[in-house]
Amino acid sequence: MKPAAFDYLAPSTLNEALQALAVHGQDASVIAGGQSLMPMLAFRLLEPRWLIDLNRIEGLNHICIEGHHLHIGALTRHAQVEHSPLIAQHLPLLSLVMPHIAHVAIRQRGSIGGSVCLADPAAELPACMVALQARMVLQSLNGRREVAADDFFQGLYRTALAPGELLVDIVIPLPAAGTRVAFDEFSRRHGDYAMAGLAACAHEQARSSRLVFFGCGDKPARALRAEDLLNARGPRPSYDALRAAIDADLHPEADLQAQPDTKRHLATVLLQRAWDHL
Amino acid sequence: MTTELMPPMTPVLTVSLHVNGMAVQAQAEPRQHLADFLREQLGLTGTHVGCEYGVCGACTVRVDGVIVRACLMLAVQAQGCEVQTIEGLDAQGQYQDLQQAFVNRNALQCGFCTPGMLMCASALLEQGGCPSRKDIRAHISGNYCRCTGYEAIVDAIESTALARNADQKAPGP
Repeated sequence: MKPAAFDYLAPSTLNEALQALAVHGQDASVIAGGQSLMPMLAFRLLEPRWLIDLNRIEGLNHICIEGHHLHIGALTRHAQVEHSPLIAQHLPLLSLVMPHIAHVAIRQRGSIGGSVCLADPAAELPACMVALQARMVLQSLNGRREVAADDFFQGLYRTALAPGELLVDIVIPLPAAGTRVAFDEFSRRHGDYAMAGLAACAHEQARSSRLVFFGCGDKPARALRAEDLLNARGPRPSYDALRAAIDADLHPEADLQAQPDTKRHLATVLLQRAWDHL
Repeated sequence: MTTELMPPMTPVLTVSLHVNGMAVQAQAEPRQHLADFLREQLGLTGTHVGCEYGVCGACTVRVDGVIVRACLMLAVQAQGCEVQTIEGLDAQGQYQDLQQAFVNRNALQCGFCTPGMLMCASALLEQGGCPSRKDIRAHISGNYCRCTGYEAIVDAIESTALARNADQKAPGP
């Protein structure tokens, strides 16, 4: 159906947007790419009195390197990340992931900030942020703070974003030389939300890794015991050994896509497939 | 539950943009999506409204050169933009071969998905080269068709790409 009526603001500066948020509080929703928000408005899952459009704000769309970190502005579109030579060179995990996100038309409008703030448990980017040890830069009228990805994603559609705050930037440490990455997901159709997915980074010499599963819990889930197995760099573990490690750390609930047992099995298969790449 | 008197809402905003190369201006409620704006205020009914929540692709148009879902964009967000609808794609003539291939291959029956399919396919074909059938399927996987079973649509897109590439390789006159 059509969204419920709302009043519309299109601030041209970040400060204006933050002022509007502070004034309207719970009565307002913000819109970036709108690729997830518009469906919610259409279904009337949300009926904000005010819609604050962030798209006119300058300075939130960038992909650049500063020192040892790569910055991606919150309003950067998925398509820009997908086609960025900087991302391909420095964060190949993201380049692997982008074609899996919905479809071309969605990626032209959808933003990385929007995806991260929505924190859908079956989405790819939140898991990537955890795998890459990204930091979220949050701005309010009171100032700026950074929250590590490990702490940012707190539950189903729940993040550390406080009322009056906007995500403005994502800061990702450049991976050490020798870092390997892997990504894969199971979905019913191309572009669907995942039944289970894995975003992984590993460094053999440093004996460190991040195996981050999505679609397997209410937020991105690191499989710590599986990471220990990988870091040990022993002979390739059997399915049963990997499954045992997965079962210890992943506790998915049933959803429309699959039962918990199926998700844990799929997670194990994803891990098997990723193993040799890591 | 008490009903509070709400302060008056902005009834309409004026939106100015270019559509299919022409400057247009019309009024829209903030909540109106671009697909409805194109259809109702501008009479461009080639853009179809299917699911109205962004999954079916029937509303695909181009905004500032790239394909988007018109039902997932507010009309007011298109302020100052260049929009191309299927009417514009048709008038432009650049995809006549694709349109003819759709006819030749029986890639449309009711035609409801067809404008969206053509807009979507244009974005693949403009990349050049010969996408595989797998690539074509992946690219159009966000556009739903209830009639054809998709095979003929993939045929039409594939044959267009092949013909375009054969033309390029053909020796000059």
